[in-house]
Amino acid sequence: MQAYDKPLPRGEDFNGEFYQFCKQHELRFQRCQDCGAWRHMPRESCQACGSFNWAWERAAGKGQVFSWTVIHRALHPGFAEELPYAAVVVELKEGVRIVSHVLDLPVDQLRVGLPVEVVFDDVTPDVTLPKFRPL
Amino acid sequence: MTLKDQACIVGVGESAYTRGSQKTVLRLVLEASRHAILDAGLTVQDIDGFVLSSSYIYQEALAANLGVSDLRYSTTVQMGGASPVTALQSAAMAVTLGIARNVLVPFGWNGYSEARISRRERPDAAPRPDNALSQALRNYYAPYGALAPVQHYAWLATRHRELHGTTDEEMGEVALASRFHAQHNPRAYMYGRTLTMEQYLQSPMVASPFRVLDCCLETDGACAVVVTSAERALDLQHDPVYIMGIAEGHPYPADDIPNRPDFFKIGLSFAAPHAFGMAGVTPQDMDFAQIYDCFTYVVMLQLEALGFCEVGEAREFVKGGTLRVDGDLPCNTHGGLHSEAHVWGLNHVVEATRQLRHEAGLQVEDCELGLVTGWGDFGDGSLVILRR
Repeated sequence: MQAYDKPLPRGEDFNGEFYQFCKQHELRFQRCQDCGAWRHMPRESCQACGSFNWAWERAAGKGQVFSWTVIHRALHPGFAEELPYAAVVVELKEGVRIVSHVLDLPVDQLRVGLPVEVVFDDVTPDVTLPKFRPL
Repeated sequence: MTLKDQACIVGVGESAYTRGSQKTVLRLVLEASRHAILDAGLTVQDIDGFVLSSSYIYQEALAANLGVSDLRYSTTVQMGGASPVTALQSAAMAVTLGIARNVLVPFGWNGYSEARISRRERPDAAPRPDNALSQALRNYYAPYGALAPVQHYAWLATRHRELHGTTDEEMGEVALASRFHAQHNPRAYMYGRTLTMEQYLQSPMVASPFRVLDCCLETDGACAVVVTSAERALDLQHDPVYIMGIAEGHPYPADDIPNRPDFFKIGLSFAAPHAFGMAGVTPQDMDFAQIYDCFTYVVMLQLEALGFCEVGEAREFVKGGTLRVDGDLPCNTHGGLHSEAHVWGLNHVVEATRQLRHEAGLQVEDCELGLVTGWGDFGDGSLVILRR
């Protein structure tokens, strides 16, 4: 098997915790324990109420396509063999949005509002990326 | 008190615009700066302030090479391509409050020979320094192959297109207007190279909906402008160009594009009411607009944020030659980042100044008022409204 040659998440600070849960095949986001607001990407405090009191809560993993771009020119050689591929913004039921890939879907089938659910792609022994597929 | 009419642009200059300058960025900036100071009718000894954009050069080296021996004010704006217009705000504050007398606002880079986007993400490229965007980019975008502005801004463009039905031809109107204007500007990199809609539509896709010809140029070059107080401006050699209204704005959150409550509320959406309010004018009063044209669709989003039309209506607004020099809103009359050069939009400020002095290559007849926007990073914005 060829070595994985795409950029990997840097995983500093809270970002590493996010990806540790992905490695366990759990999609978790920070959720304010005072006002209940979900957030992504990870931050120190709640932008809704200012609270420092938060926890990693598990998302249902269901959402819909919010936007995308179909990329025809690879700016990193690791993606050259996948052209064209789509970098998709998915809106989760919890309200947070995340950049990902939608598997098992030709890029010309992408639509705003298309229902999707999370799947976990163990791209290396250490790193798992959350991806999505149509529901 | 506001900054309205307190400060003026009194000098403008640029280096040659090339692909392969064979010069350092500092050298390009020095050439543009000396031209701007000379154009103002000032000497280097009159300059006592700098406002830089980004960190390609250091103020210490700029002062030492220019011969500015008494630098009273220097700061650096970090808003990507929105920096040069925001830099005018800082310069206007400095001269209005008497912190400095004459402030130089330069920007230059080797955007082709040193900083091409197609090279900077390759595994063998030198690592780039961290900035405010690194958390999102390195953890959440890059692993999915979304590495560059053409891809990130495409998320805004795709959703907008899907909701409002913008066509490829409507996007092409923006590219064609810039290229048309550049045919009258010998400085423009695309001078002598005309563009038809057929050629635009045949241009290869980079990151949908952006084709190669939806993207700005990558060029080497520098610009500089000199800002002084309205009082001193009257004694200088050109008619002063007054800063009537100016503001910066930041989308929320500014460091992550997907998680914005209102996806189409960009930095300029916040800046525009402040700048128009300060100036006491409306978009309809503008005789021209020099709009930061990193990508065609970004111009359309800014037309909406500025209030020239409602959200979703830019597609209609740009039709029928609106953006051409003889249209209702002449836009990027020098050719813009698309067809003149990519100097982070400081070349738009230079062009606006020449228009308002009535000495532009492709003159908007009898123009009195115009605006310049900046756009950078994940959609930071800035806006200056200028008058003669």
